Formats: sequence, C-alpha cells, structure tokens
Amino acid sequence: MPSKLAISYQHVTKSFGSLKAVDDVSLEVAEGELLAIVGGSGSGKTTLLRLANRLIEADGGTITVEGEDVRNVDPVALRRRIGYVFQSGGLFPHLSVADNIGITPKLLGEPAAAIAGRVDELLELVQLDRAAHRDRLPEALSGGQRQRVGVARALAAKPRIVLMDEPFGALDPLTRDALGEDFRNLHRKLGLTSVMITHDMTEAILLADRIAVMRGGRLLAQGTPAELSTSSDAYVLELLRTPRRQVERLNALLPQSGAA
Amino acid sequence: MSLFSDPRWADALSHLPDYLGNHVRVSLAALALGLIVSLPLAVLTRNRPGPRGILLALASIVQTVPGLALLALFYPLLLLAASVTLAWFGISFSAFGFLPAMLALALYSMLPVLRNGITGLNGIDPALIEAAKGVGMTARQSLAMVELPLALPVMMAGIRTAAVWVIGTATLSTPIGQTSLGNYIFAGLQTQNWVFVLFGCVASALLALAVDQLLGLIESGLRRRSRLRTGLGAVGIAALVAATLVPTMGRSPQGYVVGAKTFAEQYVLSALMRDRLQAAGLSATARSGLGSSVIFEALKAGDIDLYVDYSGTLWANQLHRTDIKPRAELVAELKTALAKNNITLLGELGFENAYALVMPKKRAEALGIRTIADLAAHASTLSIAGDYEFFSRPEWAALQKAYGLQFRAQRQMQPDFMYAAVASGEVDVIAGYTSDGLIAKYDLAALDDPKHAIPPYDAILLLAPKRVGDERLKAALSPLLGKIDIATMREANLRASGNDANSSPDAVAKWLWGKVDKR
Repeated sequence: MPSKLAISYQHVTKSFGSLKAVDDVSLEVAEGELLAIVGGSGSGKTTLLRLANRLIEADGGTITVEGEDVRNVDPVALRRRIGYVFQSGGLFPHLSVADNIGITPKLLGEPAAAIAGRVDELLELVQLDRAAHRDRLPEALSGGQRQRVGVARALAAKPRIVLMDEPFGALDPLTRDALGEDFRNLHRKLGLTSVMITHDMTEAILLADRIAVMRGGRLLAQGTPAELSTSSDAYVLELLRTPRRQVERLNALLPQSGAA
Repeated sequence: MSLFSDPRWADALSHLPDYLGNHVRVSLAALALGLIVSLPLAVLTRNRPGPRGILLALASIVQTVPGLALLALFYPLLLLAASVTLAWFGISFSAFGFLPAMLALALYSMLPVLRNGITGLNGIDPALIEAAKGVGMTARQSLAMVELPLALPVMMAGIRTAAVWVIGTATLSTPIGQTSLGNYIFAGLQTQNWVFVLFGCVASALLALAVDQLLGLIESGLRRRSRLRTGLGAVGIAALVAATLVPTMGRSPQGYVVGAKTFAEQYVLSALMRDRLQAAGLSATARSGLGSSVIFEALKAGDIDLYVDYSGTLWANQLHRTDIKPRAELVAELKTALAKNNITLLGELGFENAYALVMPKKRAEALGIRTIADLAAHASTLSIAGDYEFFSRPEWAALQKAYGLQFRAQRQMQPDFMYAAVASGEVDVIAGYTSDGLIAKYDLAALDDPKHAIPPYDAILLLAPKRVGDERLKAALSPLLGKIDIATMREANLRASGNDANSSPDAVAKWLWGKVDKR
C-alpha cells in the first residue's frame, strides 16, 4: 500500500430503519489513489461515499479523513474542503455557470476578483469555452457540459479529495468515455485522491487504480482489477465476466488493425 | 345630460384622497404584517408535516369566515383586549377603525402566503438541497441562496393573491370604523347612489391591479436579478404609500366626529348634525357606514362624539330588556341608565323608526283593515315579508302572541325591495319601517298597533362620555330636538333614495334643515 491514507473506514455501519445500508465495512483510500466503488442499486455504495463528508452520519465504526476522525470536524468545514460531484450535475438552476463553479470559494469568503480568476482557470481545466459558457444558466448546457461544470465546481476550492457519485452515469457512451479520460488526467495532474461510484465494471476497470465491490451493504472485495480476477466470490466474478465478454465480442467484430 | 356631467362624479372624486389613502394604508399595513408572520412560519414548518398541517388548517378556517364577519369579530375582541391592558398595565388603545381592520385583514392574507410558501419550498428537487449541503452551505445559506430563490415564483404568486384579496376585502372595513373605498360602496348601496357604488368598485379594482402589477415587477426583477425592475417595483409601492400620506398630513385635527349606521336615514341625519356643528363654528366630520353593534361601543369609547340611535334598539341590545313600556317612559328610563355610563341622551328628534306592518292603502281599505287586530282575521289567507332579522326578533314573537297572527306564508327580503314587492302584490303585508320614504311613494299604510306589541323606536341623540359637559355642542344641536316629525323624515328618506344629484345625503340634509329651521 502506498504512503499515507486519505480516507479510512473502520467497521463502519449505517442503517435506515431496519435496512442495513452499510454493514461493518472497513476500507482504506491512499493519497493520490483513484478508487472506484462498484455495486448495483441498493448495494450501499452511495451511503458509503456520503459518510466520508458527513452528508450522512455513521451509526458505528470510525471514519477518518486525512488522519482526522470526521466526528471531530465541523461538517460544513469538512464538506468545503472535499470536492463532491453529484449524479447528473446537481447544478443550481438559478445560478450561472460561473456562479455555480465559484460557490464554495464564495462560501469560504474569498474576494470576488479571485473567484472570477479561479472560475476561468477551471473552465479551461475542464475544457469548456470561457466566453461561450461562463454566463449561461445550466438549462442551456448539454449533459456532458453540465457534468464538466459539476467537476469544475467540485475542484473550485482546491480540495485534495474529490468524491464522485456516478458522475458519468447519465451520459451517452462517447461523452462518457471522453469525460472519464479527461477526469483521470485531471486526477493525475492535480495529485487528487478520488473516490468514484459506478455501477459499470468496465468503466471502473478502465479508470480506477483500485476497485471496491459492494453488495447488500457489505464490502465483498477490494483490489486492483488483476487482484479482483483472482477473487473466489461468485458475484465479483460475475461482475468481471461482463467486460471480458465485451472484449471478446469487440475483438471478434472489429478488425485487429482498425483505427479505433 | 351625459353620464359624466352628473355632479355626483365630482362629489365622489372629492372623497378620493381620503378614502383611497386610508384604503392603501390599511391594506398595505395588513399585507406587510401578514407577510412578516406567514413567511417565517412557512420556512419553519416546511419540513415539519405536523405543525404545517395544523397551520394550514387554521388558515383555511379563517378563510371560510366571511370577510365582513371576520372584521366585525375583531372589534369586540380588541375591546376586550383594551380593557385588559387598561386594568393590568394602565394602557388603553382604540379598538375602533385601523387596528381591528388591519389585524383581521392580516389574518385573511395568511392562507395564500403560507400555502404557496410551503408548496414552493417543498417543491424543490431534494437533490438540489443535497447539493447545497454538499458544496458546503450551512442550513441558513442553503435557505437563502438556494431554497428561497427557487421557491420565489410560487411564493410571489401567493403574495400577489393575498394582496388582491386584502385590497378587495378592505372595502368591508367601513362598518368597523376604518375609512376605505368601501365607504363609497356602503353609502352608495344605501342611498341608491350607483355612481358611488361604481366608483368604489372600480377604484378598489384598479388599486388591486396596480399593486399586483408592482409586485409582479418586483418578482421578475428578483428572478432575473435585475436591480432596475426590483427597484422600480419597490419605488412604485413606496410612491403609492407616500402619495396617500400627503393629504392626511396637511389635515387639521378632526374635531367632533358624527357617527352614522349603514342606512340612508343615518347618512342624512349625520350630515345634518355635522352641518349644525359647523354652522356653530365647531369643526366636525361624519364617520359613516358603521355597523349597528360597533357604533354604540365606539361612542362609549369616545371614538365618535355623537350619533342618532333608536330607543327600542338600545332598550333590547344594551339594557337587555324584553318588556315594553310607553314611549316617554322608555326614553326616560333609558336616559337614566345611559347616564350611569356617562352617555348623554340629549333628547328625541321627534320621529320613530319602528317596525310596522305595512300594506297598500287601497287593499287595506277594501278589506276593512286599519289595525293589526283587523289584520289578524285575514292573516291565514295572506303572505308576509320581512327583512333578514325581523322574524327572529322579539317584536315578531310579541306580535304573534298579542294578536294571534298566523300568516299563510312568510318570506325574507332585502329591505329595499320589500316595498315594491308589497305594492305590486307579490306579497300581501310587509314588516316595514315607519320612517321609510317608500311608504309615501307607494301609497302604503302602516297599520296601528293598539295593543302596543311593538316597542317604541324613538330617534334619540346620544353624546359620548367625554362630551358630557360640552354646552356649545348641546346648544348647536338643540334646534333639532323634537323638530323632525315622521312625515318630514319619510319625505327626506324618499329624497335620499332617489337616484340623482339632489339625493346625496348632503343635499337632503340641507333640504331637511330648511324644513326644520322654519318651525
């Protein structure tokens, strides 16, 4: 395992009524790592993610972020220093692209001129044309553009950790692929620690350093794609079968020396 | 003569600064109070279904109370509150006019503001509230930066509805002593002055429309983040308030306030008394259209200085007596009783405005009916109509008992239409009022009451406690005492019910003084 821990879960549990959403999960995310949490709906993956910035409070166990127990940190301050990308953007419809991106620095009390400069920088970083998008309302953007703004907003306060809840789930395959690649590059370039939720194992294998598999609130397995393939768990193997089948189909259907 | 050369338009216009100004002040104050109370309640209860349900249910119940009743209810409530604060803290306040009107209207404005506020806040996509939390907003920041801006269009729609309701309902605050555009409507309906009715309705509709549009401007300004629009809307509302304050600021203190109930005879008599006070060099204004239950309390509290009431009304409503005494004896006893409250019964004007059974003169002669006793023999084949309260009043029970009256049918009618109905044979007998001018107009006869079953209703002049030793006031009014006989009052009332320029209460009061002065 590489160097320091960015996030650590130790025997964490969370129930909603009689439903155990997260059941005794222990998981560690190293600094600079890109971890994907994979699982079906109701597997507890979103709950697990939100426990890290206290959008949801744990019932039991310990969660630390950069070495600090999150229970000892003011939740609002915690959220301001952790970037969060919401499913399908979560952009505020009444605010312009620039105001959406600049919201966390504004909450932190940064001067307006500094925020404006930072917004331009971020638009460039997520490859959106500054002049064309800056003053638009979210409703005037395409799905991919909205998600790029969502990523820019998460990065605005220069967090070292970014949490992403199915960030590319609702996009068409081409946009999704491009955005995934772009994010991976950003992650490297900025030296981020990123945790990404996805229900798509192919996406997880292509983007993540390590993968954690959740089912029914329990962590079934974790490791690099290669480590996972040696798992004895039937569900994990079932998840890995889909990308394999896709590779075989693609190899059979596409000429080996194609431009793609 | 064209419609607009009618001098009543000019008359109506001359009252506009006063009526409109008061109307704007009471409605905007009520709306502001309603908002100050309702908006925080909407915010506080948006995530609490229990209190929210109770609050909305209460506001809905208030809404089902007719506006007139709600306004009237606040008067006794405030009187009670005023007497409590006087006893406990030594502070008293006027329960008359502005305060009860504003409180009742504020209550009335709450439902649309609450309902739309709660609907608007609850209608926000929960993912956005989650996102607000996720980017690091505190609950208060989330409310101010995300929830309220997103709920704004729905909330503003509620505020605009409330504004229109309040401005419309404020016309009903006239009977509890708050001058409003309703003064035109109440006076116009009672004296058949349709110019006034029309004027009052159009003026309040235009006011409602203007305020609605200004609020709309503020709303679109807030939504589009346009300071210009928001500013223009706010300046518009402020200008409206300022414009209505100017005429009142330059006005001298009111002096004597002459009260009048909500019917034509009262409008004429209050104008007559006001003219007499002014002729004696005393400054005086008339406060018209006061509810029958409000006016006596207003006199007692000193909100008005004088008015004309009827002996039988006070006998039943204030002394709670059900026995019937001869005219002079009843007035004498009333005088003593009122004096205990420091209210001066200055004297009788000379006529009675009592209930009387009335039928066409020719028909009565043909049937040989002169008295109610004669009528009793024919009653089983005849129908009778009365106003909305007559059949539940003690007089009717007393009449039935004394004469054994048993009619074929009984109906309730708007008083103005009863006389025409009996004249045309629609009904056979009506319970009319002895001083009504229509008795003369339709050639009707009021039947005698030999058994004195109907109590006397002498018109009596009352003075407020604070005027108990005011000799100038008494001297100015004394020429009226005992000078107005029933025939003269009937003719005055008949004139006032006309629909032309000579039928305004002021004009009729002048005619009446001409008659009285010669005596």
